[in-house]
Amino acid sequence: MKKKSVFSRLSSSNLLLPIISLILVMAVNIIFDIASGNNPFSFFMITLQNTTSNGMVLYGRIIDILNRGSEAAILAIGMTLVVSSSAGTDISVGSVMSLCASFCCMLLAGYGVSSTTDLAVPLFVGILGGILIGVLCGAFNGTLVAVFQIQPMVATLILYSAARAIGLLLCNDLIVYVRNSSYAFFGGFLGPIPTPILITALCVLVMSLVLRRTALGMYIQSVGINRRASRISGLNSTKIIFLTYVLCGMFAGIAGIVNSSRITSADSNNIGLYLEMDAILAVALGGNSLGGGRFNLAGSIIGAYTIQAITTTLYALGVSTTQAPVFKAIIVILIVSIQSEPVKAYMKKRKAIKAA
Amino acid sequence: MKEKKGGINSNTILLLITIGLFVVLYAGGCIAYGYKGFTHLQTFLNILITNAGLICVSCGLTLVMLTAGIDISVGALVALDCMMLAVGMRSGIGAVPMMLLVLVVGVAFGCLQGFLIGYLQIQPFIVSMAGMFFCRGMTAVISTEQVSITEAISKTFYDLANMKIIIPFGGYANKKGMIMQPYIRITVVIALLVLVLIFLMLRYTRFGRSLYAVGGNATSAAMMGLNVKSIKMRVHVLCSVLTSIGGICYCLNTMAGSVSQATGLEMDAISSAVIGGTLLTGGVGNVFGTFFGVLINGTISSIVKTNGKLASSWPNILTAILLFVFIVIQSIFAAVRKRGK
Amino acid sequence: MEENVVLTARGISMTFPGVKALEDVDFTLRRGEIHALMGENGAGKSTLIKCLTGINDFEAGEIHIEGVNGPVKNHSTREAQNVGISTVYQEVNLCPKAENLFIGREPMTKFHTIDRKSYNKRSQKIMDELGISVDVTQNLENYSLAIQQMVAIARAVDMDCKVLILDEPTSSLDDEEVEKLFVLMRRLRDQGVGIIFVTHFLEQVYAVCDRITVLRDGHFVGEYPIADLPRVKLVAAMMGKDLNDLEEIQKESIDVRNAPVEISAKGLSHSGTVKPFDLDIHKGEVVGIAGLLGSGRSELARSIYGADKANTGTLEVDGKEVKINQPIDAMNLGMGMLPDDRKAEGIIADLSVRENIILALQARKGMFKLLSRAKQEEIADEMIRTLQVKTPTRETLIKQLSGGNQQKVILGRWLATNPDFLILDEPTRGIDVGTKAEIQKLILKLAGEGKSILFISSEISEMLRTCSRMAIMRDGEKVGELDHDLTQENVMKAIAGGEQEA
Repeated sequence: MKKKSVFSRLSSSNLLLPIISLILVMAVNIIFDIASGNNPFSFFMITLQNTTSNGMVLYGRIIDILNRGSEAAILAIGMTLVVSSSAGTDISVGSVMSLCASFCCMLLAGYGVSSTTDLAVPLFVGILGGILIGVLCGAFNGTLVAVFQIQPMVATLILYSAARAIGLLLCNDLIVYVRNSSYAFFGGFLGPIPTPILITALCVLVMSLVLRRTALGMYIQSVGINRRASRISGLNSTKIIFLTYVLCGMFAGIAGIVNSSRITSADSNNIGLYLEMDAILAVALGGNSLGGGRFNLAGSIIGAYTIQAITTTLYALGVSTTQAPVFKAIIVILIVSIQSEPVKAYMKKRKAIKAA
Repeated sequence: MKEKKGGINSNTILLLITIGLFVVLYAGGCIAYGYKGFTHLQTFLNILITNAGLICVSCGLTLVMLTAGIDISVGALVALDCMMLAVGMRSGIGAVPMMLLVLVVGVAFGCLQGFLIGYLQIQPFIVSMAGMFFCRGMTAVISTEQVSITEAISKTFYDLANMKIIIPFGGYANKKGMIMQPYIRITVVIALLVLVLIFLMLRYTRFGRSLYAVGGNATSAAMMGLNVKSIKMRVHVLCSVLTSIGGICYCLNTMAGSVSQATGLEMDAISSAVIGGTLLTGGVGNVFGTFFGVLINGTISSIVKTNGKLASSWPNILTAILLFVFIVIQSIFAAVRKRGK
Repeated sequence: MEENVVLTARGISMTFPGVKALEDVDFTLRRGEIHALMGENGAGKSTLIKCLTGINDFEAGEIHIEGVNGPVKNHSTREAQNVGISTVYQEVNLCPKAENLFIGREPMTKFHTIDRKSYNKRSQKIMDELGISVDVTQNLENYSLAIQQMVAIARAVDMDCKVLILDEPTSSLDDEEVEKLFVLMRRLRDQGVGIIFVTHFLEQVYAVCDRITVLRDGHFVGEYPIADLPRVKLVAAMMGKDLNDLEEIQKESIDVRNAPVEISAKGLSHSGTVKPFDLDIHKGEVVGIAGLLGSGRSELARSIYGADKANTGTLEVDGKEVKINQPIDAMNLGMGMLPDDRKAEGIIADLSVRENIILALQARKGMFKLLSRAKQEEIADEMIRTLQVKTPTRETLIKQLSGGNQQKVILGRWLATNPDFLILDEPTRGIDVGTKAEIQKLILKLAGEGKSILFISSEISEMLRTCSRMAIMRDGEKVGELDHDLTQENVMKAIAGGEQEA
């Protein structure tokens, strides 16, 4: 077979969309830097800076994006699988993050303690406990979706409204602070590199290894594309869909702990707020159809960082945190409109007319 | 051949469960907190007053859900409405023009969402998620601070908000021996009016009936000669308008606009509708049930508040448990119905 | 226009991408007749109906309707309704209450609201007139499917229709319900409505119809008064074989009757689709299931495989009683099934040829024992080679292949698992002649290797060439087996049942 040109390979790949978006964001950054008289490539500059608390650490806008985008990227892994297998979204992940963080901090600080420097239980117990709660939440969602065949959005709506509240209850309605350097590590630095980046990399690595070394990826896609045919070919779709929700819950747990470690506390009301939207958006932006089926994990991850890059850029442009969603909304609508069937059909028609 | 006549179908049972649950909850509250004044008519009226906005919003959402759609932008739209009202009136525009403007924005927003959902066939969840981002963001674009509506800003609006409509019965003497007459606010009147109008619309208009047909099975609705795309678009417009009316009610209650207002209102509305027997798969439901869904949510909050010692997160948890129970009951009914065929 | 004719279609042609769905088809419907439209799957019945009701846009030909000047071309169901063509589809749209009658055209009061009183009154009147015992204020879902079906018909009739199309209205009704429906149909016929009746049930055609039009492969075969077309001739017309022109196909018969029994079903059934049946399949035997579409032939196979879990009866594999709850259980016992609906249950459209081929093997091995990429490619290449799948690469998405090649890939999926017992449900449907012959040869080869095969096909000649025994299905029931004198004529007679030709 002849080798296709890079361009035609790219344009046929479903990574096209996320990569174009990412490039656009970078272009905006460069233009902005030129306009404001900075070094045009300051966006890409990474420097080592000395900080009082962490010693020599990497610094730069890219590092910032990678760091801040960690939670969304971790969530996007699980969300990709859920979307692929069940053609629906898990809207509870943000809330579950908060619950996991609360439970973890509650374990570490002890019930009813609002601030502690000493850990009540070994660190790993707290962390594992937090992740376990995430897994349980995932199993709950998975049971509703896979066994009871309830629409994913509706099923996950339950934990969406309850998980955060349960977390608050676990913390006795307090913001629990765990001011302990070993806990702060997960949101801090390992050497010069921010730990969240490493944790995300680890999650992505492990997940892609699992997908590569087992048949899970093929099973998920197969069930997502054609549940009936998969059943005839011997797949247990109920189990597979259940599993994706459990994985999604687990990643929500990890993301929750990273987020809480950043602020060394369990702020139930704010951890993971609106992050489920970012995760869903990352999946869509990554070129994955929200109608399920074939998925592309790399796309989702790039999508997650693209969203973070957009957010960071908007902040750099002077848009406030609360106003940024307007642009996000416009971007989402543009992307999904382009992908919608009627628009595609219209474009095809126009092309045909032009060709004739 | 089985021909049940006068048989009660599963939806009626669900509605009866909902109403029964409300009665039990409320009676429970009366028994437990009677000494704190829970038995007074005003407690019930307060539930109505607090939730007037939610009733309007839930009605709109119920309509959308009947067509098997969803709209999670309603909470953000309410926040946008409140902010527009607050900032608009602060800058000297009259209360009435501002309220009309809010309704116009509702129509425009509904048209846009409806077009994307009906004609471009984009998933309702994604469209309304973007809508939610958009409205929240626009609220912040208008102002990021909390803007209060005082008497000085708009006398009309202030008077409207504080207007008491006295109910001529059910009064009681308070500790000082003064007779307290129970009252409602104008918002309750608006909400109940919306409720009745939508109820009648669903029952007595072509559009209302067609919503059930579209939600039941869009393909066969199209085969019966209904214009499904247009119906979907119109229902979203109606939903946004009702949400805007709800937004005005909400603003009359809170007398302020802020970015973080009405967060999670969409989920309250959805859970009210689901508890009230509306299926998210479309085709089944009624605003009457939704009304009781709102009342159940309100009663739970009211009980938790009256108790005073329970953590503030309990209403959320209890609502979620109810939601869980109702969803599972619905799915069991659906399975039974399928097997019956 | 001829006397009494309400609808004529002349020379209707229509193509779907790549397929000629209808070619030069004529159809005539007279006032007050029940006219059966017959044909096997893919013959073009539903395409023709959709042309009449405005869902399909036909390319050539003309449709004339009584009372309308000039040719009619509908663009939507609503337009069709306006010229008097109403359709009742299998799936009844369930609006609550008997409002199905009026949806979209409710009687209105002067305030532009639905006039509920006159609405209910009118509904009830219509129901009473048609002899449908229904309380219009009750929720329709409380009534049986037959009643729902009748309400849908009432709705159609009330729209002053001249032409009523019933598309498989009886497929989910029991005998008693069917009879009620027939009473209604006859009543409407006597009122002068022309009824087009599409069904797979021969009995019903002879019970209620006056005239039959037969289509085959998108072509018009003929129009016959019911008396001129006995069952056997009807089956022959639908299947495209002339009884006088019987080709004697002698398959070299391998005697497998002494071979051990591989699969033995006793009293197996699936509620609503197939009544209890017994079936033994010997090792190395090819057993055919003959019957019309909807006769329960696929459902029989599905209940063995666990695709539809059997409600009653027992199944023995190699003499041991087994319990099959879902397909994977059957696969672990060495079974495989190629389902008849390739799109819905066969291909995983967005996966590559390679992935589609190894899917079943992988499912049997389990999630954690992933076949190495090299092994996958080896298997895929081998299947592509032995089955001569025409695909650009093994990584091409299966949805981009032609139907025949897709079918070969699915066949490859099962061969890769090396099954002892293979169910092939219409493996040759929609496939060109050359491939058909290849698949038939393959079936004989597999049997020669000692595999047992259950073969279902609409083409009797195909089964005659491969099967040593045939089970006959009619109306959800296994009515017999033929193991000698396997000829086209005998099989057709067995399928047709009822009255025999003298």
